[in-house]
Amino acid sequence: MTTFDRGDVERLAHLARLELSEGERATFARQLAAILAFAEQVAAVDTEGVPPTSQLSPAAGPLRDDAPAPSLARDDVLRQASGADRAAGLFTVPRVLGS
Amino acid sequence: MTSAATAREIRDAVASRRATAVGVCRAALDRIAAANLPLHAFHSVDADRALARAAWLDDQPPAGRAAPLLGVPVALKDNICTAGAPTTAGSRLLASYVPPYDATVVRRLADAGAVIVGKTICDEFAMGSSTEHSAFGPARNPWALDRTPGGSSGGSAAAVAAGLVPLALGSDTGGSIRQPAALCGVVGLKPTYGLVSRYGLIAFASSLDQIGPLARSVADAAVLLQVIAGHDPADATTSAAALPDYTAALTGRIAGLRVGVPRHLLDAGVDADVLASFTRALETLRDLGAVVVDVELPHARLAIPVYHLIATAEASSNLARYDGVRYGWRAEADTVGEMYGRTRGRGFGAEVKRRIMLGTYVLSAGYCEAYYVKAQQVRTLIRRDYDRALDVVDLVAMPTSPTAAFPLGERTADPLKMYLADVFTVTANLAGLPGISVNAGLSDARLPIGLQLIGRAFDEATVLRAADAYERQTAWAAERPPHTW
Repeated sequence: MTTFDRGDVERLAHLARLELSEGERATFARQLAAILAFAEQVAAVDTEGVPPTSQLSPAAGPLRDDAPAPSLARDDVLRQASGADRAAGLFTVPRVLGS
Repeated sequence: MTSAATAREIRDAVASRRATAVGVCRAALDRIAAANLPLHAFHSVDADRALARAAWLDDQPPAGRAAPLLGVPVALKDNICTAGAPTTAGSRLLASYVPPYDATVVRRLADAGAVIVGKTICDEFAMGSSTEHSAFGPARNPWALDRTPGGSSGGSAAAVAAGLVPLALGSDTGGSIRQPAALCGVVGLKPTYGLVSRYGLIAFASSLDQIGPLARSVADAAVLLQVIAGHDPADATTSAAALPDYTAALTGRIAGLRVGVPRHLLDAGVDADVLASFTRALETLRDLGAVVVDVELPHARLAIPVYHLIATAEASSNLARYDGVRYGWRAEADTVGEMYGRTRGRGFGAEVKRRIMLGTYVLSAGYCEAYYVKAQQVRTLIRRDYDRALDVVDLVAMPTSPTAAFPLGERTADPLKMYLADVFTVTANLAGLPGISVNAGLSDARLPIGLQLIGRAFDEATVLRAADAYERQTAWAAERPPHTW
């Protein structure tokens, strides 16, 4: 049975960029172990030589022409951001580098 | 027009000026307002915009009155983008998001003369089977207000069942149109993967998501499907093939049609009421001249784990975009890294975080081959099972849900139990096939029970024809819930 300790949950939360509470870490450790134990039934299936299905578009049409077309107005897009300098046309974020 | 009017009746009345689009719209808005406290099917309603749109339609000259949904009120699941109107996907993180563009299906509805009245309650990012994972509270079932309408398109199903609107759109990744349709006693169709554009649908799992109609009759669902289906340059997965006339396909004749039943899936965890209704439905199909035979779908039992490995992997990737930078809510923080983590940690609800964690795990180094690639291989086996079955039958029949509507709160503490209820619906998504749910009876507690029919890829015409023939032969579609408005 798959086990999930606190360290596994913290590693995953970091990879997924999710800040979790202490309670969430404990709950997810337990629930993810149960869900993965259930999912492990697939491991027993013989899939020798079976190609994976990653997409289902057998009848997809030809690609569209690579022609320039109008896109969304910059201001309309920036209006949806929590941090933006609309005059400069920029999204703004907290400090990225340094401590 | 009354709450029981069909989309076709409304359209004909508005087109011939026996009714006005404004009058129809105002009546729908009144019903929605009266129902919203007890039923909570809608998250947002833009009455001014809907009425202005209806008034514009009423002013059109006769040449502009041929549209197939002229003046018909339509509700949208709140994960379908509407320019200038809030679209939340049931998430606190998108509580104040107002898309700068319309989904392709929204543009097609507008071209067809429909009046969009509002956005319906859904599980957050369509992840759930009850609407209890909505950040804005669950919708309720008009057949029993203490029960779930199903999910994730539960608000859309409840709105149609309660007579608030004749039509609604939902999205279906693992059963999210068909299961709420079954639990609310209405018609819900998940189209073939590639039939309907997802441009403007807030993505959950891109190899599985489809938009589809909810209606009170198969004929109305066919009209709505005709409007939204077809190739879209903005969604490269859409098929360029010509569309059949779905309404013309509703001949009522299914003599000789071959219907396959995977009996081996019906042995465990299916309520006696559901099995009894299903058995009667098969007899009805036989009475209509269909040939009912057994089929084997040997890998279908693995569909739930395969679905959860694939859907969560895709979700963890799709939902990486919600980082507080370009749209959505942002948490205050000193550094950009803290801002990402806090925004996502506090903005997403528990079910979404659980699925992102699982998806991140199955895609992570060292586990990807064992879980994700393995699940994709078993997905191929599930597709081959259907290919084989649909070589010898025209449709596969199953119950839609193993139970009727369950009480709100019953399954929220046990995610795995909630997932297992998708056993009959997820295979159609994994194989990309069309599936419909129609009402096929009432339980002892007078709760609806759905019959599901799954067809060949892009053969919605046969799926709709059989469902319509069944509906005409039985009185179940005429049953109305105790709570209508």
